[in-house]
Parts: sequence; C-alpha cells; structure tokens
Amino acid sequence: MYKATFPNRFKSLAEISEFVSQAINEIGFDETTAYTILVAVDEACTNIIEHAYGGEGQGDIQCSCDVTEGSLKIILRDRGEPFDPTTVPEPDFSVPLQELECRGAGLVLIQKIMDEISFVSKPDGENVLTMIKRK
Amino acid sequence: MDVTTKQYRRCELVKAVGRIDSQTAPEVRDTFEAITNDGRFRIVFDMSDITFISSVGVWVLLETQKTCKRYNRGDLVIANVNEKIQHTLDLAGLLTFFRIYDDVLDAVGSF
Repeated sequence: MYKATFPNRFKSLAEISEFVSQAINEIGFDETTAYTILVAVDEACTNIIEHAYGGEGQGDIQCSCDVTEGSLKIILRDRGEPFDPTTVPEPDFSVPLQELECRGAGLVLIQKIMDEISFVSKPDGENVLTMIKRK
Repeated sequence: MDVTTKQYRRCELVKAVGRIDSQTAPEVRDTFEAITNDGRFRIVFDMSDITFISSVGVWVLLETQKTCKRYNRGDLVIANVNEKIQHTLDLAGLLTFFRIYDDVLDAVGSF
C-alpha cells in the first residue's frame, strides 16, 4: 500500500503522477495502459482541485494505491464539496467545432480508462473516490 | 515548461516540452493566444517532446482551433503526437478536430 498527502494545488499533479507511477510499475501494466491510468488520476485530481475545493488553496488530496494480484486500486480523498464524477452526463463531442463545449472531457476519460469507479461522501466531510484498473 | 515558437513564411511552429496539465496549460494557451492575437492563424503544434497531456491541455488546443478556423482563416495542425497520447485522446474522440502529421515538415508543408 502506497499512501501520501499532497497540497491542493495544480503543482501537485506532477507529484501525484510520479507517486502513482510507483504502484503502476510494481504491478507491471503495459506502457499505454500505464499512461492512461496517469491521465485518469490527473483528471480526477484536477476535478478535486477545481470542483471540490473550488480552486487552489486550502485543503489536501490524499492518495493511496493498493496493489493486489492483477489489479490496482487508487483511492483519492479530499475534504471539499462533494463532487461525484460518476453522475456527470457524458458530453457530446459530435457537434461542430464552434459549438464544442469541452467541459466533461476529463470525466469521459476517467470512465473509459478505469474498470471501476465509485464515489462516497462521508458524514464527517471526507469524499472518497475509488478507481480500480485490472490488468 | 519550455514553449518555443518559430515563424515560417506560411505558418507558425509551436513546440512545447514536458507535461501539459492544469499547472502548465496556461503557458501553452498564452503562447497560442499571442500568435492568434497577432493575426496569425496557421499553426503547427509539434508534440514530439510532450510526455503527458490532460483534457485541460487538449481544451487549450481546441479553443485555439476554434479561433484559427473561424471565418475559414486558418488551421491548427498537430505533428508527432506519440501513440500513448493519441490512443488516450481517441478514447474521448478529442483528436477528430485536428489534422495529424507524423512529421513536422509535412505539417508545415500542408499550408
């Protein structure tokens, strides 16, 4: 189990990516899958900073990675406003360019990349996003 | 992040190195905006040294593409996007708005 806490700022994104890479390397995903997992984690953490915390500043993102046989479980915890990425409708990218609203692209990527996603907002104010990728 | 630009007779070449995420995307956006604000709308983005791009980074490219293609005055084309990045962005259909070239010279020559 890998566990670390990062400050609520965009600069943490590269650090979180490096941190999650350790677990990815341990389980031995192929290069493309490893990259996609890092994208999903980046998108989820960006959402926490932008939507749960409403921008950079106070608060932390706690990241833990649990490597079990054949799967990687990534848990992100924050104490911002509950933001459940599993309930956001899929945006439509089939529209003409000038009508394109790119909001939601990150969520599409998370949903397409990870095998399981769940979100829990606990009564004590902690939000827990769990993402699982199987090998 | 290291972002450089080079002006060709018929287009502008932009090259960035490293990660494009929420931390670094504003710098890339500022570079594209400086070009389009100057009235130049034919741009090649060389992604050969981009190691990572999040949807925030892609959104910068899409916003730039909107500006370039408005009134049919130009185009933002992409060169040297690596397989991992292309595969990931294809998952969300985010590259359909761009012409993609394997080589910078081909991309520059397309204008």
